[in-house]
Amino acid sequence: MNPTLKKPRESVNLSELTQSTFPDEVLEKVLSLVQSHKDRNSASLVCKDWYNAERWTRTKLFIGNCYSVSPEIVARRFPKIKSVTLKGKPRFSDFNLVPENWGADIQAWLDVFAKVYPFLEELRLKRMAVSDESLEFLAKSFHGFKVLSLLSCDGFSTDGISSIAAHCKSLTELDIQENGMDDISGSWLSCFPDDFASLEVLNFASLNSEISIDALERLVSRCKSLRVLKVNRNVTLSQLQRLLVRAPQLIELGTGCFLPDLTSRQYAELESAFSNCKNLHTISGLWEATYRYLPVLYAACASLTFLNLSYATIRSGEFSKLLTHCPSLRRLWVLDTVKDEGLEAVGTSCPLLEELRVFPADPFEEDIVHGVTESGFVAVSAGCPKLQYVLYFCRQMTNAAVATIVRNCPDFTHFRLCIMNPGQPDYMTNEPMDEAFGAVVKTCKKLQRLSVSGLLTDLTFEYIGRYAKNLETLSVAFAGRSDWGMQCVLEGCSKLRKLEIRDCPFGNAALLSGLEKYESMRCLWMSACSVTMNGCRLLAQERPRLNVEVIKDENSDDSADKLYVYRSVAGPRRDAPPFVVTL
Amino acid sequence: MERRRAIYEKDLNLEATELRLGLPGLDESEKQSSTSNSAKNSKKRPSSEMDDNNSSCVTENEQQEYAAPAPKAQVVGWPPVRSYRKNIVQAKKPESDTSSGMYLKVSMDGAPYLRKIDLKIYKSYPELLKALQNMFKCTIGVYSEREGYNGSNYAPTYEDKDGDWMLVGDVPWEMFINSCRRLRIMKGSEAKGLACL
Repeated sequence: MNPTLKKPRESVNLSELTQSTFPDEVLEKVLSLVQSHKDRNSASLVCKDWYNAERWTRTKLFIGNCYSVSPEIVARRFPKIKSVTLKGKPRFSDFNLVPENWGADIQAWLDVFAKVYPFLEELRLKRMAVSDESLEFLAKSFHGFKVLSLLSCDGFSTDGISSIAAHCKSLTELDIQENGMDDISGSWLSCFPDDFASLEVLNFASLNSEISIDALERLVSRCKSLRVLKVNRNVTLSQLQRLLVRAPQLIELGTGCFLPDLTSRQYAELESAFSNCKNLHTISGLWEATYRYLPVLYAACASLTFLNLSYATIRSGEFSKLLTHCPSLRRLWVLDTVKDEGLEAVGTSCPLLEELRVFPADPFEEDIVHGVTESGFVAVSAGCPKLQYVLYFCRQMTNAAVATIVRNCPDFTHFRLCIMNPGQPDYMTNEPMDEAFGAVVKTCKKLQRLSVSGLLTDLTFEYIGRYAKNLETLSVAFAGRSDWGMQCVLEGCSKLRKLEIRDCPFGNAALLSGLEKYESMRCLWMSACSVTMNGCRLLAQERPRLNVEVIKDENSDDSADKLYVYRSVAGPRRDAPPFVVTL
Repeated sequence: MERRRAIYEKDLNLEATELRLGLPGLDESEKQSSTSNSAKNSKKRPSSEMDDNNSSCVTENEQQEYAAPAPKAQVVGWPPVRSYRKNIVQAKKPESDTSSGMYLKVSMDGAPYLRKIDLKIYKSYPELLKALQNMFKCTIGVYSEREGYNGSNYAPTYEDKDGDWMLVGDVPWEMFINSCRRLRIMKGSEAKGLACL
C-alpha cells in the first residue's frame, strides 16, 4: 500500500513540513500510539491518507452495538485487529424486557474473525449470545488467544469454559461475570493443562459449582503473574488462606464464603496471609461476611481503593469499623443492609470516595420498610465531595435532599437514582421529583449519564433538555406526562447517544420529533409507551439508515410495544427472529 | 392520543396478556400502577398541585400515587436489578442470628401429629429427603425433573412464600430454603397425581 505521498490537507502549524512529504511510515507510527477509539475515529476523518494510516494501525476494535456494522465490513476496513470488544443486546435485556433468542450471536463474528484475524488475542463480550460450540470454535481457531471476558452474556455452559481452559495455551485472562449460563460442574478448572502458567486474571466469582481446590491451588502456584483472582462462594476461608499464601502479589481479590469455620490458629494464619498481600487494591466476594471475620481484612485495607460488598449482607456496625481501615477508598459497592448509619460512616471515613453504588438487598419486599433513605445519601455527599458516580436504590427521597447532595458534590458524571416504587413523589412534600433532577442537571455540568425515577412531570425533561448539555445516556421509567417531555430531551441534549424509556406516555409525536437526531445516536429503546406501528413505519420510511425494530406483545392492536431503533451501516438484520419485526 | 386511551378503556382483556408476576385475579381497581401498561391507566391524581402548564397534555396517564399498598402486582424488570444479582441476593437473608435454626413444620398425611425439622442443617435435597424418610419411615424415592417422584406412594411438597403448594426438588436448593414455609408429605392417590406431573 504505497499511494503517492501527498501533503495532508491540514498542515497544522507544521510549516517546516509543508514542503517535505509526510511519509506514511511516520503517520502510521504516530497513529499507532493513539489508543482511544474515539480519537482514532476522528483521525480517520481528516483525509484519505489519515483514514488509510489509521485503518492499518488499529489493533483494538470497539463496537458498542453489534448490529451497527457487519463482520464483513469490519474485516474489509481493519486488517490488523488483535482485540475486539462487542456489545449486543439492548441494556434492558438485563431486566428481562427482551425475549430469548433475540440475537446478538457471536458465531457470525467468529466465522469472519477466524479467516481474517487468525492472530486475534482478545475478545470482550457484553450481552451477546454465546454457545458452547462458539467457545470451542474460539478456543481452537485462534492459537495465540489470550483474553476472554464474558459479561451478561447467555447461551453457554461450563462445558464451553472447559474448551477455553483446555485449548488456549497462551491464555492470560478468563473473566466470567454474571452471565445467564448453565453451571453444570466445576470441572472446567481442572481442564487447564498441568504446565499452563500464563494466567494473570481469573474471575469465576459468579459460577456456583464446586471446583477442585487442589487444581486451583496448583494453578495459582504456577501462575506467577497472577494479579486478579476472584473465586466463587464455594471456596472456604481456610482454602482462601492457602491460595493467598501462594499469591501474595495479588492486586485484586474476590474471596469465597466468609462463613465462620476457622480455629483460632487458622484465623491467625488467614490474618497473616492478608497482611502479606501488600498490593491489594480491590476486594470483593465476602459472601456471608459477619463482624466475626471481617477483621482479618484490616491489614490489607490500607491501600484499598475498591471495596465491593454488594454480596455481603453486613450491618452498619461491622461496616463502619471496616471503613475506618480503608481511608484510601475510591470506589465502594454495598448493600442497603448497612442502612443510613453505615452511609454516615462512609461520609466520615472515606474522603477520597469517587464512586458509590448502593444495591437493594430485598428489592421486591415492600411490607417492611428498610434499606437506605435520603439521609444516607446526604451524609455521604457531605463527607465525600469528590463523588462522581452514584447508583442509589432507595424507597424514599426528597427534592431538598437531592439539591443538597449536588450542592455538596457538583462533579457528578453519572447520577443514577432509583426510587424503587414507580412514580413515587417527594415523600415529605408529596410533590413530583422534578426539582431534584432539575438541581442535578443545573449543578452538575459534567453529567454524562442520568437515570431518573419517582413521580416526574414533563418539567423534569424540560430541565434535562435545557441544562444537561453533556448528557450521553438517559434512562427513564414511569415518568413524564406528554410527548413534550421526550421532545425537550431530543431537542436539547446535543450529545445524547443512548436513550432508553419504559412505561412512559410518549407517543408518535415524540418519536418523530427525533428524526434529525437518531442517526447521531447509538440507539433508542421505548417499551410500554404510546408509540404505534404506524409511527414506527413512518420513522423507518423517513430514515432508511436506521434499523427500526418492533417486538409486539400478543394483542393485535397497533401499539408498538417494544421499539428498538439504531443506526447501522449494515442494513436491516438478517438474523432477526420471527418476533422481531423490522420496519 | 385520544383514540389510544379509548382503545384501552374498552379493551378489558389487556390484563390477560400482560406479562407480570403477581397474584392472578387482582381486581383492576385495587391494582396500583405497576404493570407494564401502567402509563395507560387513566387514574386521576386527587391532589392538584400539578400546574397545568402542559395544556397540550392529552392523556391523563398519571403516575400512580404512593399510597399504603394493597398487594401490588410486580412489574417485569423493576426495580432494575440484574437477574444475576436478584438471584444471589434472594439466596441470602439478612442474618439475624446464625445460631438459630430454620425450624419448619412437617406434616405427613395420615400421621397423628406433625414434626419439626431444622432446614439449616441440610445442605441439599438428598440430605433432606433422607432425613424425612427416616423420620416418617417411608420411601419417597428419587426426584426426576420430568416425573417427579414417580414410583413412590409419597410426594414431598412444600408451601412457598406465595401460599402455593409445590413439589420439592424443582427449584435450586438455595431458592427452596428461602421460600419454603412448611412441608407436607402427601400420600396415596393425591401423591400420585403430583408425582407424575
